[in-house]
Amino acid sequence: MDLFEYQARDLFAQHDVPVLPAEVAATPEEARAAAERIGGRVIVKAQVQTGGRGKAGGVTLAETPDEAEAHARAILGMDINGHTVHKVMVAKAGEIEQEFYVSFLLDRAQRSYLSMASVEGGMEIEQLAVERPEALARVRVDALEGCDLDKAREIAVAGGFPAHLVEQVAAVLVRLWEVLVEEDATLVEVNPLVLTPEGTILDLDGKVTLDDNSRYRHPAHDALGGDRQGDPLELRAKELHLNYVKLDGEVGIIGNGAGLVMSTLDVVAGAGKEFGGIRPANFLDIGGGASAQVMANGLEIVVGDPSVRSVLVNVFGGITSCDAVANGIVQAVEMLAARGEAITKPLVCRLDGNNAAEGRRILDEAEHDLIELVDTMDDAARRVAELAASAK
Amino acid sequence: MAIFLTESNRILVQGITGSEGTKHTRRMVAAGTRIVGGTNPKKAGQTVDDGAGGQIPVYATVKETVEATGADVSVVFVPPVGTKAAVLEAVDAGVSLIVVITEGVPVADAATFFQYARNAGTSRIIGPNCPGLISPGKSNAGIIPGDIATGGRIGLVSKSGTLTYQMMYELRDIGFSTGVGIGGDPIIGTTHIDCLEAFEKDPGTDAIIMIGEIGGDAEERAADYIAAHVRKPVVGYVAGFTAPEGKTMGHAGAIVSGSAGTAQAKKEALEAAGVRVGRTPSETARLMREIMSKG
Repeated sequence: MDLFEYQARDLFAQHDVPVLPAEVAATPEEARAAAERIGGRVIVKAQVQTGGRGKAGGVTLAETPDEAEAHARAILGMDINGHTVHKVMVAKAGEIEQEFYVSFLLDRAQRSYLSMASVEGGMEIEQLAVERPEALARVRVDALEGCDLDKAREIAVAGGFPAHLVEQVAAVLVRLWEVLVEEDATLVEVNPLVLTPEGTILDLDGKVTLDDNSRYRHPAHDALGGDRQGDPLELRAKELHLNYVKLDGEVGIIGNGAGLVMSTLDVVAGAGKEFGGIRPANFLDIGGGASAQVMANGLEIVVGDPSVRSVLVNVFGGITSCDAVANGIVQAVEMLAARGEAITKPLVCRLDGNNAAEGRRILDEAEHDLIELVDTMDDAARRVAELAASAK
Repeated sequence: MAIFLTESNRILVQGITGSEGTKHTRRMVAAGTRIVGGTNPKKAGQTVDDGAGGQIPVYATVKETVEATGADVSVVFVPPVGTKAAVLEAVDAGVSLIVVITEGVPVADAATFFQYARNAGTSRIIGPNCPGLISPGKSNAGIIPGDIATGGRIGLVSKSGTLTYQMMYELRDIGFSTGVGIGGDPIIGTTHIDCLEAFEKDPGTDAIIMIGEIGGDAEERAADYIAAHVRKPVVGYVAGFTAPEGKTMGHAGAIVSGSAGTAQAKKEALEAAGVRVGRTPSETARLMREIMSKG
C-alpha cells in the first residue's frame, strides 16, 4: 500500500524524523482552520499518488488563512494525471537552503535492502540516476544487520554530504530505517530532504510503501487504507475478499491463479484484435479453492459491470479438480438466479487439467443456454471475444 | 536425473498437523514422496495418517526430526505469523532444501530468513508463496498435483503456480525432469537464474521452459544469464501484457530494477538472448514440443 504524503509525514513524525508542522484538510474551511493553527505562510499541497502535481498547480504558497482557503478550494477536486484530489495537506512554509535525496528500499535483485542518497536532490531522481548515476550513491543494507549509526554515516558520506552535515543526516537515516523496520515498509523515500538557512535537516516530502503481507501485525495501518478511492466494483469485490481489478474492456474474466488470469487477459486481448479491439474488462483471481460460493461472488461482480458483454471462465484444475469447479459454476449460476440476479450475458467456460472430462460433462448436462464450453484457452478467448463483439 | 529433488530425498513437513499440511502431506505420499516426519511442538509424539496405510511421526522440533529420520528437505506450511521462525529453525537444523509454501509472508521476514540461510551457506530456500517443486515419478515437495505430468527431460521454472500446472499438463506426454514453482513474491529464495544454472548442469534435462510475469527485473537478469551461460534450448513465456500498470511505486523502485518491469521489456530481453517466447501458453508448449521432437 502506497501512503499519501500526509500519511508518510505523520509516520515520520511518530518516529522522530524531523518534519514541518502540517495538517490534512478535506474542505477549504478545514484548510483555513489548519492554516490559522499553523500560523504564518503555509503551502497547500494536493494529496495524490502521482508525480507532476507542482506543474499541475497542485502545490501553492499561501500568505494568509484566506489564501489557504482559496487555494484549497481551487485544488480540491482538481484532476492530476487522472487522480482526483480529495485532500490537501497544509504545511508550514520553510526556507530552503539546499535540497537532497535519501531512501531505503527493498532490493529484489540482491534480496536485501538498499539505501540511496544524493546531495543533488530537488530534481527528478530517475533523471539523476540516468544522467549522473555517479551522483546517486547506492549502499547495500543487510537485512540482518540493518542500519545503525555507522552504516548511516557510510551512506551519508557515499551520498556526498559535506562533513558538517554527515552526523545530522546520519541521525535522520537511522530514524528512517526505523520507520522501514517498525512499520514493515518496503520503501521509505525522502525527496527532498532539505537544509534550512538555520542549518537544520528536514524532511519536506516523503513516500512510504507498506508491505501488505504485514498488515496483520500493524492494526494501526488499517486506518491508513480508509482514504483509498476505488471503483465501486473493486470496493465490493474487496468486501467479498476477491482479488479483482477493474479494466476498461468488454470481456469479463474469471480464473484461478494470478499467473493464469494475467495470461488469460493477454490471450483475450490478442484474440480481441480480430474483433475490432475487444479487451478484457477485469482481472479476477478466484484462487485455488474455487467453491460454488466464491464462483457465485465472482460472477456477481463480473456481470455487475455494465461494460461486460461476455464472460470467460478459465480454470485449470490442479488441486481443485474440474468436476468441483464445474459444479461450482452450475451452482453459482443457480445462486445468482435465486438472488434475482440471473445472468444474462454469455459465459464461455474452459476447464482443463485434473478431471476435466467429468467437469465438461457436468456443464454439458446442465444445458444452460448461456454457458458454452470450449476446449482450449486460445479457442475460448477467440469465442468470448466474438460474443462480446456481436453483442455490441 | 532432476534438479534439487530426487527419490533419495527424505522429506519432513513443518506444520504437518494443520489442515493444509495434512492434506498435502497425503498428496505428496500418494505421488511417491518419502515423507519421514513432521513437526508441531504441541503435538510431538502423535502421528499423522499418511492416507496410504502408514503413520508419519510428529516431532517437537526440526532438529529432532532430522536426528530421528535423516530428513534433508522440509516443506513449510506454517502460517505467516510463524513462517520466519520455522525457516530459521530448519536452517539451524541443517536442512539442505527448505520449500516454503506459505502465502502472505511479510517481506521483511522473507528478507531475514533468506539472508540467514545465505550466511549459513547450507540451505537452499524455495519460495515463499510458491507451489514447490516436483520431479515427476521421483518426489514431490509441495502442492503441485502429483499426477500432472510424467517424468521426462524438460526442465521448467515458473513464478506462477497455475501456469506451471498448465504448461506441465500440456506437455505431460513428453514429461519433465523437474518443475520448480519459485513463487512471485518480491523476495524469493531460489530465482529463475538458480534453476537455469541447475538445469543447464543436469544431464537429465534437455530443454528448459521459463515462465515469468510482470514486475521486478528477474526475467531480464535471467535473459542475460541465458545469453552468457545456457547452451540448452530455452522457451519462454511472460504473462501480464495487458495487466494495468502496477500501483505507483516510489521512484526508487523503478531505478533499482533498471526497467519498467513490463511484459514487453521481458519478452524483448528474452528474445535478444535467443529464447523463443510464446504468445500464449499453448504456443509456448508447441514451441517446446518442436524442440523435443527434433531430439
